[in-house]
Amino acid sequence: MDFLERVGRATAHSFGEFGFAGVLVAQSLFWLFFGPRLRQPVRMGAIIAQMREVGINAIPIVAVLSAAIGAVLAMQGIISLKKFGAESQVTFGIAISMVREFAPLITGILVAGRSGSALAARIGTMKINQEMDALEVMGINPVRFLVAPALFAMIVMVPALTIFSGFIGLYAGGLYVGVDLSVSMDAYITQVADALDAGDVLHGFAKSIAFAVLIAIIGVMNGAGVQGGAEGVGKATTRSVVQAISAIVITDMIFVLMATQMG
Amino acid sequence: MAEETQRPGAGAKKMIEVEELVTHYGTRLILQGVSMDVRDGEIMVIMGGSGSGKSTLLRYLMALETPTSGAMRILDKDIADLSMKEMFALRKKLGVAFQGGALFSSMTVGENIMLPLFEHTNLDRQTMEIMVRLKLEAVDLAGFEDLMPSELSGGMIKRAAFARAVIMDPRILFCDEPSAGLDPVVSSALDDLILRLRDAMGMAIVVVTHELESAFKIADRITVLDRGKILFIGTVEELRNHPSERIQNLLNRRMEDDPVDPDEYLRRLMGEKMQEGATP
Repeated sequence: MDFLERVGRATAHSFGEFGFAGVLVAQSLFWLFFGPRLRQPVRMGAIIAQMREVGINAIPIVAVLSAAIGAVLAMQGIISLKKFGAESQVTFGIAISMVREFAPLITGILVAGRSGSALAARIGTMKINQEMDALEVMGINPVRFLVAPALFAMIVMVPALTIFSGFIGLYAGGLYVGVDLSVSMDAYITQVADALDAGDVLHGFAKSIAFAVLIAIIGVMNGAGVQGGAEGVGKATTRSVVQAISAIVITDMIFVLMATQMG
Repeated sequence: MAEETQRPGAGAKKMIEVEELVTHYGTRLILQGVSMDVRDGEIMVIMGGSGSGKSTLLRYLMALETPTSGAMRILDKDIADLSMKEMFALRKKLGVAFQGGALFSSMTVGENIMLPLFEHTNLDRQTMEIMVRLKLEAVDLAGFEDLMPSELSGGMIKRAAFARAVIMDPRILFCDEPSAGLDPVVSSALDDLILRLRDAMGMAIVVVTHELESAFKIADRITVLDRGKILFIGTVEELRNHPSERIQNLLNRRMEDDPVDPDEYLRRLMGEKMQEGATP
């Protein structure tokens, strides 16, 4: 009975969490579209500040890791394809893997680690310092002031970083292929263009938008749930990273499953 | 009531009315049928020991919570009936100085104080800056607008919080434990600031504190909460002369033991949860 009760409570709690996430997204959309009518617009300055933090400041680390992944894909691809004498087909593997899989995944994981955790820490700290209450009593809706700018900055910058990551990864892969297989960069680019179609690009792009929403909402929910001072903020930050990365990987799998089953 | 008429600005209009407010935290009963009011221009001090429910009552008075049982009217508006738009309009008329200041750490002192103006008015930047400097002058923090909150002392943070709380010229100002964590000199200066703000702006002020000296200095009326119930509402003089032993113990800072129910005590020792309805 005790076990069943625990399962029941956990299930109810999970439904509650999903409901809260839905409410946060719905409220953010509400404030974006109807805020100006209530004379409570989502401030463009706040969105731009978040975009700088989420996107621009992440460019160096995304570039380094994407280049590394691109090069690793080329190395592993050549080794495995050599067994079949098909190493010249490596470009196909690099292009598909990078655009459909690794660019969104690497970007999502990096943004979750950098910005999702920062969002959880910021909101958690604001909560324990009564800054959330201060916003509320000043007539400033916290969702409009904090959540909506972070969500929209993520929705714009995660796909943008994903595209950037794809280019860097493909370029780094091309450099290695050029050295190892003596393929010119022009020929490599032509092979990449032949290998990819719009569906592949759309697949990676759609995933990156889903990851952006997950990172923002998980960060906010963990920050808003902080209890017990600075230690609570630390726990929420860690939990936010773990949950966001888990959600990204599981969503990725579901996406790929749906895409492959639906052709 | 004689005390009230001697105080400047004390009027009869009720700015806040609370009737039979009952609140729970989970299954725990926090406020048990609290009724009180706050009048225009008066300083109402809410006192009580730890767990008496004064912080919970303050959250309701600030319209941060909606009562599930009982009625709350703030500036003649029934809180339970307000639409989101009406709630926004109401909140522009309330100012709050939180216990820790609750200044936004990512903004300068000036930006913190300007935020309500920026969000709720169409004033140009220069006018807003002038208003910020005026309020900083009023709280003796002139010239500190470009500092970050982390660069201020505890007393200065509280004064900056007061400046932010009054930037929209609120009708009611709430102060949560203004003296907490401050030395007696700074604490006394904050009391003077509260009196000065009331005299200059004529607003009603609600102060939650457990500092007797501070309460006696600034209060027009005092509400004493005890275990979620109102123990006393009246002037400082009435409180001092009150015949109740419980109140006199409170004034003389003597702890009074709660009456012990042997069965309840035994259940607590056995690790059973507190009964529903038991006070904290």
